[in-house]
Amino acid sequence: MSGRSLNLLGLLLVGVVGLAFMFLTPRLAELDTVLDLTVYIIMAVLALSLGLIWGYGGILCFGQSAFFGLGAYTYAITMFNIGESTLPFLLAIVLPGAFAALLGYFMFYGRISDVYLGVITLTVTLILFNSMNSTAGPEFHVGAARLGGFNGIPGIPPLNLPFHKSAVIDLEGMFYLATGALLLTYFGLRLLLASQFGRIIVGIRENERRAELLGYDPRAYKLATFTIGGALAGFAGCLFANWGNFVSPTIFGLAQSAQIIIWVIVGGRGTLIGPVVGCIGIQWLSAALGANQPSGGADWWSKIFANAPLILGVILIAFVLLVPKGLVPTAADIASFFLRRRQRQREQCGFEPQQAE
Amino acid sequence: MAEPLLQTRDLSMHFGGVKAVNNVNFALAEGELRCLIGPNGAGKSTFFKMLTGQLAPSHGQVLFRGRDISRAQAHQIARLGIGIKTQVPSVFDGLSVRENIHLAASRLHSLDRVRRVVDEMLERIGLTDAAHRVVGQLAHGQRQWVELGLVLSTDPELILLDEPAAGMTHEEVQRTAELVREISRTRALIVVEHDMQFIRMIAKQVTVFNRGSVLVEDAVENILRNPLVRDVYLGKQAAA
Repeated sequence: MSGRSLNLLGLLLVGVVGLAFMFLTPRLAELDTVLDLTVYIIMAVLALSLGLIWGYGGILCFGQSAFFGLGAYTYAITMFNIGESTLPFLLAIVLPGAFAALLGYFMFYGRISDVYLGVITLTVTLILFNSMNSTAGPEFHVGAARLGGFNGIPGIPPLNLPFHKSAVIDLEGMFYLATGALLLTYFGLRLLLASQFGRIIVGIRENERRAELLGYDPRAYKLATFTIGGALAGFAGCLFANWGNFVSPTIFGLAQSAQIIIWVIVGGRGTLIGPVVGCIGIQWLSAALGANQPSGGADWWSKIFANAPLILGVILIAFVLLVPKGLVPTAADIASFFLRRRQRQREQCGFEPQQAE
Repeated sequence: MAEPLLQTRDLSMHFGGVKAVNNVNFALAEGELRCLIGPNGAGKSTFFKMLTGQLAPSHGQVLFRGRDISRAQAHQIARLGIGIKTQVPSVFDGLSVRENIHLAASRLHSLDRVRRVVDEMLERIGLTDAAHRVVGQLAHGQRQWVELGLVLSTDPELILLDEPAAGMTHEEVQRTAELVREISRTRALIVVEHDMQFIRMIAKQVTVFNRGSVLVEDAVENILRNPLVRDVYLGKQAAA
């Protein structure tokens, strides 16, 4: 089978499995499971945003949570002021995207090196964290929306169907929306990456100087990639604010921004399915470990297993050392190894094509 | 005399106190093939970097068809029509040979034409059979050709080759020389090379760099006889 038809088969598989998951889950699972899955899926959209800019664009953004949080806050604040969700929804995408474009302009056109890019993006999200934390008093408000400092903004009105204020999306509707958003994001990014633009950003990741010497301006392409990633993270933030009807400054925090990177590392850079798998898997694991909270048992091991951050840290180290490419690329490597071996056995004529591996 | 394709005026690059390139006045005619030789550290690669916008000169000018490009960005210069093959092969190591060439060719050609253009280029650099292999896994000489293919695919007016024959086997060197001669029928070229065999195969006019300046400029047979050049560069190698 050629690479092209294998590719199409993969796409078809993702589409079928995704749609089946979307329509079957609410019928088969309890409502609280559906609710849990919804947030996993929303976070997967966020993971994809970093999967694009880091995995394909080669830009290690340590503060993807900045755009995620901005999306959530933008939605919350405009929603309290407008009351109808069409405009807040759009603003929650456009504003983080615009902020990413502004920040990216200074970083890419200033030719900041990769390490400093990581430092700057991390600093930006921590600045947002600190400033939002210090907005506790009643004097901090935007129109009708009180920012609430470290307590955050509770009771955010949910999304409604575009221009139909009374047609509010319920919990099950939120699951459909989140899953649909993830599928749309996935296929949208696949399309983007298959385009000329996608080829060029991968080329820039591989060898920026060479791309430049061929006549492509890496600054412009990186800026565009970064902006798309920011807008996508804002979109995820909007969905997240809807899911819990709540947003607080922890959304900008170090834990949140580090988590996104871990999802992508575990799932695998340079794939789109990887960050989704990594994100959902790690969240599921964290929840399972958290639920393992010892009620009476005071054994040392049950205490360790209840310590989710510790376990996650161990997992991260294990991945960086043992599976540095991440789950999905490693699985693909193993599969192609066996495929090649079978092919070679089938040839069986003493002639072995030169393989570097 | 017609206006030169490329001209530099007092072109200089100083790193701190080191004068890597110092007041170089250089001119290349349309369609000319020029070889650039000189000992290590003579400033040849720095000179190339200034011509392609990878380094901004300390002072002086680079004129391409009369237009000052000394402050232009590298991608702008590439779009004006100067292509470079760098000293260490600069290719997209993680991509296949075909993807490499496609990336270069697709800036100029529409999607329906690019496939044919890529096929032709693969044929020309002799890598049709290796089209689907990842470039990072190829031998050094083949990677050199991939880079040459990248440069040719952008269809530049002027092609700079920095040690195109380095690390190649004898047959590969001969094929490269053939390719260079073929290119020079339609395009201007500047070739930096240490391999005197290779220079003999392709050169007409040679410029010798030494300590950041132009030492002499002459026809290849005179250069090889020039005692000054032997002193700074060729040494015993040429006498042999």
